[in-house]
Order: sequence, then structure tokens, then C-alpha cells
Amino acid sequence: MSVQDYFRDVAAELGSLLRGDEVFTCSFAGEDSDFVRFNRGAIRQAGSVSQRSLGIDLIEGRRHVGGRVSLVGHLDEDRATLARAVERFREMRAHVPEDPLLSYAQDVKSTEHEAENHLPSSERVLDDAAAAGREHDLVGIYAAGGTYAGFANSLGQHNWDRRYSYNFDWSFYRTADRAAKASYAGFDWDTAEFQLRVDAASDQLEHLGRTPRTIEPGRYRVFLAPAALLEIFEMLSWGGFGLRAHRTKTTPLLRMIEGEERLHPSVSIRENTRDGVAPAFQDAGFLRPAEVPLITGGEHAGTLVSPRSALEYGEPTNGANGAEAPLSVELAPGNLSRDRVLDELGTGIYISNLWYLNFSDRSACRTTGMTRFATFWVENGVLDAPLSVMRFDETIFRMLGENLIGLAEDRELLMDPGTYDRRSTHSARLPGALVDEFTLTL
Amino acid sequence: MPGSLEALFRDVAPAVEFCSLRRVHRRSEGVAVRRGHLHPPRSSEDLGAMVTVIDRGGLGYAATSDLSRSGLAAAAGRARDWAHDTAGRAVMDFGDLARDTASGRYESPVEKPWDAVPLGDRIGIVRDEAERLKSGDEIVDWGASLYHEDEETLLLTTDGMRIEQRFQVLVPGLNATANRGTESQTRSLAGGALCRQGGLEVLDQIGFREAAPRISEQALELLDAPNCPEGELDLLLAPDQMYIQIHESIGHPIELDRILGDERNYAGTSFVTLDMFGHYSYGSELLNITFDPTRPGQLASYAFDDEGRPAERQFLIRDGVLLRPLGGAVSQARAGVEGVANSRATSWNRPPIDRMANLNLEPADATLEDLVSQVDDGVYMESNRSWSIDDSRNKFQFGCEWGRRIRGGALAEVVRNPNYRGVSATFWRSLAGVGDAGSLQVMGTPTCGKGEPNQAIRVGHASPPCLFRGVRVFGGA
Repeated sequence: MSVQDYFRDVAAELGSLLRGDEVFTCSFAGEDSDFVRFNRGAIRQAGSVSQRSLGIDLIEGRRHVGGRVSLVGHLDEDRATLARAVERFREMRAHVPEDPLLSYAQDVKSTEHEAENHLPSSERVLDDAAAAGREHDLVGIYAAGGTYAGFANSLGQHNWDRRYSYNFDWSFYRTADRAAKASYAGFDWDTAEFQLRVDAASDQLEHLGRTPRTIEPGRYRVFLAPAALLEIFEMLSWGGFGLRAHRTKTTPLLRMIEGEERLHPSVSIRENTRDGVAPAFQDAGFLRPAEVPLITGGEHAGTLVSPRSALEYGEPTNGANGAEAPLSVELAPGNLSRDRVLDELGTGIYISNLWYLNFSDRSACRTTGMTRFATFWVENGVLDAPLSVMRFDETIFRMLGENLIGLAEDRELLMDPGTYDRRSTHSARLPGALVDEFTLTL
Repeated sequence: MPGSLEALFRDVAPAVEFCSLRRVHRRSEGVAVRRGHLHPPRSSEDLGAMVTVIDRGGLGYAATSDLSRSGLAAAAGRARDWAHDTAGRAVMDFGDLARDTASGRYESPVEKPWDAVPLGDRIGIVRDEAERLKSGDEIVDWGASLYHEDEETLLLTTDGMRIEQRFQVLVPGLNATANRGTESQTRSLAGGALCRQGGLEVLDQIGFREAAPRISEQALELLDAPNCPEGELDLLLAPDQMYIQIHESIGHPIELDRILGDERNYAGTSFVTLDMFGHYSYGSELLNITFDPTRPGQLASYAFDDEGRPAERQFLIRDGVLLRPLGGAVSQARAGVEGVANSRATSWNRPPIDRMANLNLEPADATLEDLVSQVDDGVYMESNRSWSIDDSRNKFQFGCEWGRRIRGGALAEVVRNPNYRGVSATFWRSLAGVGDAGSLQVMGTPTCGKGEPNQAIRVGHASPPCLFRGVRVFGGA
């Protein structure tokens, strides 16, 4: 039986447990994943994780209680678990007042996305990784397998998303904290393509072998590669784009929505579900539109609105999750060609990666963080020497506003290698950014 | 269930050198009220098991939520295959690993069980405190929450080990955000760090029912406060900032798997090297750090780690000198150094790695008033809100919710956006004062992130307030 058919049976079983006017919504999550962890080219840990779980919301009128339960994956074994959960939620519901912010999809819109499995055998990947690890100090993780997401409700809606993907996220270390970071993610493993990425990282490793240079804290012209810019976007995503954060004045973009600040006119940000890899439905059954403009021409253009915020603040939902954070964010490209990046940078710093960002002053959208892996001093358009890690402390309004010189015309699709609880389906499509007067503090 | 699981394990364990099964059953419930609205309570149940096999020198694992006979048999076979596939390619010959066989039990101390109070009353507790946070029009966002976990673990091995542990955890939360124009300031219940093992008695221990008015009042107060000044000043840190200073710039750097390089692609490496243990001066003579999984009620107390090693209290830094790392059995075997029993997994679906458990700064003999009196020109900071440190765990920057100037040995005006930065390798040598046992607070965080695949786990930190000399402090934009 396919996982989708099993999920249909689970939803039908839940339906059979309802009483009176009860309604249920449920969201299925599952994966069959392999994880192989490397250090110094050898295997540190290798294993598999097979998991199924179901989030359930049991509703009667405007009262409801929910939760998530683990599932075995065979309905005969799971019937008792589902019955216990429904009974527990029913008992709890008796203690709960009506919820004025309860919202779930009531227009039945079913969807289905079922990808084919073209994943390589683990043996093939281990061989390819071993070859790369023979030449270099390789550390990282290979994660691969099927991921499943589903939604169903007692109104008859059924949404399904099945993908088979891999994400090899690794570093080649030169010494101490200097390394070339690389990744190879997708759906069809191609040894030749993997080798190209290995070669590119190897080339960067050569530059890291030069005598390092030390610089003083101060303001520098920098190029933030797409992976570095992603870290900035993850900070922006922490309350920057959600309606709830805007209305409660906890957004780091507070000064933008109050009209005091704006970003550079070339900055246009949108949530692009159409070209992302996240499922197009959310836990209450609402579908996400193909795209949601968030910042257009440097100015606030829209927010991500969860169903609860929609009721709380009187705006229509656009299928955002509870955190109201983007899952498939993208920044419009600029016109800085790849072969002009170092020339345009001139004398300054090429930053491949940033790390461990946080807010120094959230109301001012001022962030701090570290450079990581490969950071180079560039002299007159030529990579000169690797730099030791440096701390920056800068407002995003300056970084992507008055001090933004330009955005690259090429963008990278960055697939999130995150695996907290389960493998992430988040992604981002970003160019690099050339920024002047970028403040380094330590 | 555990009894039948033992029989199943005996049946499905493959004919290999070593096999273990680690089952985790976690029941959790969350109650939250935000801006006067009760979020629908969530009651969840997570259940699964990991089978680990060591054979032919390799080690493999397979985790599954399918605890049927066929599911466990499939997992055992997959774990065996991984062990064989990785044999000769791994970071060590896992067949050389010494194994413990002692069995035992552990249970969190609980005085007022979560379930002994009806759900309606639990909601009432949260709703009451949430209402008390809304003290004026400028409080624009406010909320209260309680989160409870009841986790039972069972570890079985083909060597005959049987370890049962039960952890009950309470994570309370209170927060209020005040806004005026383009300035917003948030105060919370100790930055979320007042979480402990136990039942609802934790609320009395931490003063949950008395905190809301102060939190709300201080959020409003911050709107009128000047920014924290910039300069090299003396810095007095409250326990709810000390916990994360310890966590980030002592705990992570001395994790043995980081020192061995396992985390270099994700959580990072360390400025600490193996040759430092036994003589390196990590801090001033006032710095005493213990690994203490035996402290009753602390968030990460336990009797055995997830590989079955008996846990005991150990000094990691004594009188400022670095003595031993945070490393479990696998890391100890690879590095050839003594460590502690800290090989832990976040749940059944992740393999154990080196974690902190409870990492505490031992008290000395100064009261908070004594410490303040020793400062001529400085800043007192409370409640972490921002943390950032480099991948070697050296260059850090922290921000707090609330600060006060100290002048002439006395607390002065409130300041907002208090931040400071420094370097781990030198910062702890500026430790000039440590609070006494009466000023120590037991804290922790439920979500320390690390590992590939990623794992977020509970860790505990207890600390008194501490005084540091000549630290770079600064305010907001």
C-alpha cells in the first residue's frame, strides 16, 4: 500500500470516530530517510529514520483541541492510537472555551503532488563521498529519502505531497576554522555534477592555503555571497514578514512599516511557493498562492497571514503557517554579472558565509553575527588572502538600503539542509549583494 | 508495553556483536494565552525506538515509529546493514568500545503532578497571569504559557542492560512587549530560562504567580530609559544571563565531539584543543564549573546517559583550570581522554552525541549587594534576549532585556538595549566576583541545537550572579 493510500485510510478512520457535529482536520508528516555523517573523510554515524505522525484538530462548533501522535504506518496497528487521541481531545475540549480565532479551510480544494523516486543507492553516494574525502578533510552530512506531507478534513479535502530528495551538505577543511563550504541537493544524483562541486570547493580551498591576513574592526566594502545573504534573510524572516509581528510592533521592520526607513529600490522580496519545494498547503487546509509580494522596490508590500491572524486582524489569510515565516523566499536579481563581482568589489572583503546571527537592537533591525568558513580579503579585484573570522554589527536598513551597491544577476537556489525533527522543505533563491560601509566590530 | 518490548527485542535482535534498543515515549501538553486569546491546548504523544548495531567494527542505527514486530525487525536489519556498510570506513573501530552493563532507574522528583490539576485549572493559571501582564495601553503584545513533558525511556542491550528513566519537565513562560512609536521593548520571565524537571510545584519555586506585574512594569519602564552607554565598563551579570554565557562560551567549546571535529560543518569547532586539559587557565581562580546530572530538579538531570553510562558529578574547571571535556564514551575512546556520561539523543529518532546535560557555575561567598558594592562604574544586565558566537566559540556578543547603571557601588538608572561583547579565551579571566549559594538560580534551556542530523535538547545551567572587569558594553542603534 502506498503511503498516500495509508493516509487516506487514516483520514477515513478519523471520520468514523466523529460524533454529532464534530469536524476534524489532520496533517500528516512522514519520512524514510538515510543519514550518513562524515568527519575527516570517515563515517561518524550512519543510519535510517522511518517516521509517521499525524497532527489532529478535533472541533465542535468553535471549541477545539488538538495534538500530534506518532503512527506505526499500518492502520490495523494505528486504530487504537487514533481512538485514544480523539477520546483524549474530546475530554479536554469540555474544559476549553470557544475560540474566536478558530479558522480552517471550508472550501474543499484537494491537490496531489507525487514525485518519482530517482535517488541513488547509499553505496553509490558513499563511494563518491569517499573519493572526495580521500583528497580532503571532508566533514558533513548526506541526507536522502522520501518525505511525505498530507492534509485531510472531514469535509472531504485531501492534499498530498511526496518527494524524494537528497542533500549532501559538507565542508572541506584547510585548517582550524578555515574551510570551503559546499552542498549538492536535488532529486537525481549525478556523479559528474557532484564532482564539479567538489572541484569548485577544492579551488576555494587552494586560496584558503595562503597566508591569512588580519584586519582591524571598521567599515568595509563587502560582497555577501548568496549563502551569506541567506543568513540575513533568516533574521528578516524572524518576524519581519508576518502580520502578527507587524500588528504587535515586534517586527524588526517596525521602522519600515512606520515610514521611517526603506530599503534600496532594487530590493524586491517575495514568498514564491510556485518555485519552492515546500508543500502548497498548510495545517488548517488553506492553500498558499503562487506568490506573495513582501517588499517591492524597497518598500513594504505585504505580509504572510496565518488563519488565526486573519481573524484576529481582519485580513484574508494567504496560507501562512503559524510562525508566519517564509518557506520559499526569493530576492529579485540585480544586474551585477558574476565575472564583474570582484572588480566591482575592488578592495574589500568577499564573504562566503555568515553564521550565528541575532539582533543587537530588534526595533532598529540591527543584527550581529560572524563570518564563517571562507572569507577573503580582495585587493584591486583580486582574491588576496583569507581572513580570520570577524564579527559584524549592522542594521539591515543600511546593509540593504543606503549602502547596497548592487545585487548579482545570478541567483542560487539554496535548499535548507535542516533536519530538526524531520527533513526541512524550506528553500531560498537569492543573489549575492555588494554592500558598502559594512561594520565589523570584533 | 516495556515487558512485551523486551521479548520483541530478544526476538528481532540480529546475530551481531552488540545490539541495543532505545525506546522513547514522550507525552506533552501546552497551554498558552496570547493577547487574551486561549490557544487551543495541544496534547501530543511521540513514540518510537532506535535500534543500534555494532558488528565487524562498524556501527549503524535505524529508528522507527513502527514498534510492531515487523517494524522492529526491519529496523534491526537496516541497522545491521549500516554497520556492515560502514565497517572499515568509520572514524573508529566500534568493536573496540568498552561497554557498561549496569542496569538502573531514574525518575524526576515531582510534588504536584501535572495531571493532578484539571485542565480547566491549568488554563486558569495561565489566563490569570496573562491578564496581569496587560497593565496599560502601551503593552501591545503579552502572553503566558505552560508546557509540560512526561518522557519515559527504556534502554535494552544484548549485554543484558536494562535502564528505565522518566523525566517530567515544566517550561513556564511570561512576556510583555511595550511600544511607543518605533520603539518596542520586551520583558519576559528570565528570558525563558526558568524551566526545570518536576511538576506544578516548579511554579512556586520560580515565583511564577508574582512575576507578571514586574515584567509588565519593566517593559514600560524601558520605553523611557536611555540606551546602555558604550565603553569598557565593569559588568555584573544576573543568573538569567550567566546561564547562556556559560552555555555558549564554556559548554560548547569543551564538547569533545567539537574538539574532534564532528561538528565543524554545522555547530562549529572549538578554540579548545586536547592538549589544554589539565593545565589551561580558562578563567580566574573564582571559576569552578561542574558537570552535574545529579542535581535534583535541574532540567537535564539523569542517572544514565543514552548509551547507558552511569552519570556522576565532575569538576570540568576547578579554580580556573580546565580539567576534563564534555565527552561521552565514543568521543573518549577516539580522543584518549577521560570525559563524562553525556552521550544523549533528543529523542528516539536521533543517535546520541556529546551534550552538556547540567553545566553549573559553582557559587562562592558574595551576596548580590556585595558584588554591586565592588563596582565603581559599570552596568548590571538581566535576562538574555540575544546571543551570537563564532564557530570556534570565541568571539561572542550577548544582549539582555534590561540593564541598570552602577555608580559608586550602588544601582542607578535603568538602561535599555544592554549589549556586550568579548572573547571567551580571555573573558573568563576577568571574572572578579561570584555570588553565594543564596543568589544561585537553577535554570536551563529546552532547545540547545547541535548535530547532523539536527537535534534540540534540554540542558540545565545553575549560576549565581557574576562580576567581570573591563568589558566592552554598548546600547542600541
